[in-house]
Amino acid sequence: MRESRLKLGAGYVALGVISLLFIIPFIWLIRSSLMDLSQIFVMPPEWIPHPFHWDNYKRALTSLPFGTYFVNTLVIVASVLIGTVLTSTISAFGFSRIRWKGRDAVFAVLLSSMMLPGAVTLIPSFLGWKELGFYDTYYPLIVPSFFGGGIFNIFLLRQFYMGIPKDFDEAAVVDGAGYFQIYWRIILPLSRSAVIVVALFTFLGTWNDFMGPLIYLKSDSRFTLALGLQMFQGSYSAQWDLLMAASAVVILPCVVIFLLGQRYFLEGITLTGLKG
Amino acid sequence: MQTNIPMNAPVPVRRKAGVRERKALFYGLLFTAPAVLGFILFTAGPMIASFVLSLTDYNVFKESVSFIGFDNYARLFSGQDESFYRSLGVTFYFVVLRVPACIIISFIIALLLNMNIKARALFRTIIYLPSIVPAVASAMIWMWLLNPDLGLINMMLKWLHLPTSDWIFSEKSVIPSIVLTTLWGIGGTVIIFLAGLSGIPKQYYEAVDVDGGGWYHKLRHITIPMVTPTIFFNAVMTIISSFQVFNEAYILTQGGPNDKSLFFVFYLWRTAFRDTEMGYASALAWVLFVIILAFTFLVFRSSKSWVHYEGGGPS
Repeated sequence: MRESRLKLGAGYVALGVISLLFIIPFIWLIRSSLMDLSQIFVMPPEWIPHPFHWDNYKRALTSLPFGTYFVNTLVIVASVLIGTVLTSTISAFGFSRIRWKGRDAVFAVLLSSMMLPGAVTLIPSFLGWKELGFYDTYYPLIVPSFFGGGIFNIFLLRQFYMGIPKDFDEAAVVDGAGYFQIYWRIILPLSRSAVIVVALFTFLGTWNDFMGPLIYLKSDSRFTLALGLQMFQGSYSAQWDLLMAASAVVILPCVVIFLLGQRYFLEGITLTGLKG
Repeated sequence: MQTNIPMNAPVPVRRKAGVRERKALFYGLLFTAPAVLGFILFTAGPMIASFVLSLTDYNVFKESVSFIGFDNYARLFSGQDESFYRSLGVTFYFVVLRVPACIIISFIIALLLNMNIKARALFRTIIYLPSIVPAVASAMIWMWLLNPDLGLINMMLKWLHLPTSDWIFSEKSVIPSIVLTTLWGIGGTVIIFLAGLSGIPKQYYEAVDVDGGGWYHKLRHITIPMVTPTIFFNAVMTIISSFQVFNEAYILTQGGPNDKSLFFVFYLWRTAFRDTEMGYASALAWVLFVIILAFTFLVFRSSKSWVHYEGGGPS
């Protein structure tokens, strides 16, 4: 589509303004995290820290056991990633590359749970885990990921698997391969990018999860970063320099992961949205 | 659909196909077992349990549990529980404000990104980036930006001699302020719109060019009808997520000031985990479930009159 110069120019201006609005909170975060409290509050606002207070980060990170929170979060994230990638790919294979009676009906039932508000299953799940003696452990946060890793991920992978030509499997069958071999040697390597999409979304979802840890974890020593950051806010409510430094540290891994896998993110969102 | 006849099947096709079918069924069930078990254990089971719980007076501190029929529901709708009505009102207000704002703004941004511009990837990255920020950190940033005395937004407003606001600290502006903070994270919706827009065949626009139609004609008669399936998808997703807002209420306001941001799920959480009234909270959960179901159903029903699928009816 060709556009007039005037229209293009207006487009650039609008996008520039919108981008600025989206990015200002980040700049404000970084700038506040590196400032002295006295400079933070100067009117009109100053944008460049003078001097740079890198020690804000040290003070923020040592005032609470953020190291422990970081390790806790990593343990949960890594376990959830393993569970999700393993079981969502296997399940998606069963829902796309094997033709069995009732397959699509079963899948439709599972898919309908995507519409289900999490609040409905929250209380019985909590009571169940508590009854089993797993309150204040990581099991309630990790174990479900080993059971399919969420229907959203299965849906995404299934979409991708259905696009792989059937000839690939048939050739393998002629060579005497079973379903497991087809899954492991053909479909999995061919769907690398879809698996990366699932892994990226899972990483972010778990890293950012707030309600899960809030409900299932009680001891400070078991807290995740998200929970720790919220607690930090409770005790340092007016110290915006430290709060912003701690927030920046919690955000940083997400930004790095996103920038590294950006291509896959966009692909993944498009893959799920298009079928709408 | 492809036919089911195996490619290199020998003569006794029927028997062989039966064996094959049984084998496929066995492996199909085996491969999908994790997902199916997960659905039973973590979705269907808890859902039924939640309904059963909603018929009891289960309280964590009480030793005995008794079946009380629909008393919890009667109590909900009897009018004694003011917080219930408050939380419904707050949540509806939020949904009514957020869903159209989110759809319209992300559609406009997607339209801009879909223009023949350079540096599209850069703009797209900047707009998507906030949606990966953890909710707690995002709440922290907004609390600081919206701080009435020292936050950037009020400072800027003062500097421009415009009226300031107490944002999340005032009863009147708390919900619009929370809507504003969630609009920072609309990147995902924008990307889905962008995918929908890029799927529109170029010839359609060229046809309008030939007829001498301007941009308004293109928008009104091609772009909008062609992206109605995407609008529909985004609307359903945004409605479902807006009804379930929790993090913002918990971190930014704790339901305040004066319960003016008592979101439904926050009230549910408070009932279940602070007041430990699990039975009553389960009834709340089911009410939410029915509301979301009803809304989704309404949107689906209405979609027949405004969503256009290529090549006729919905697939």
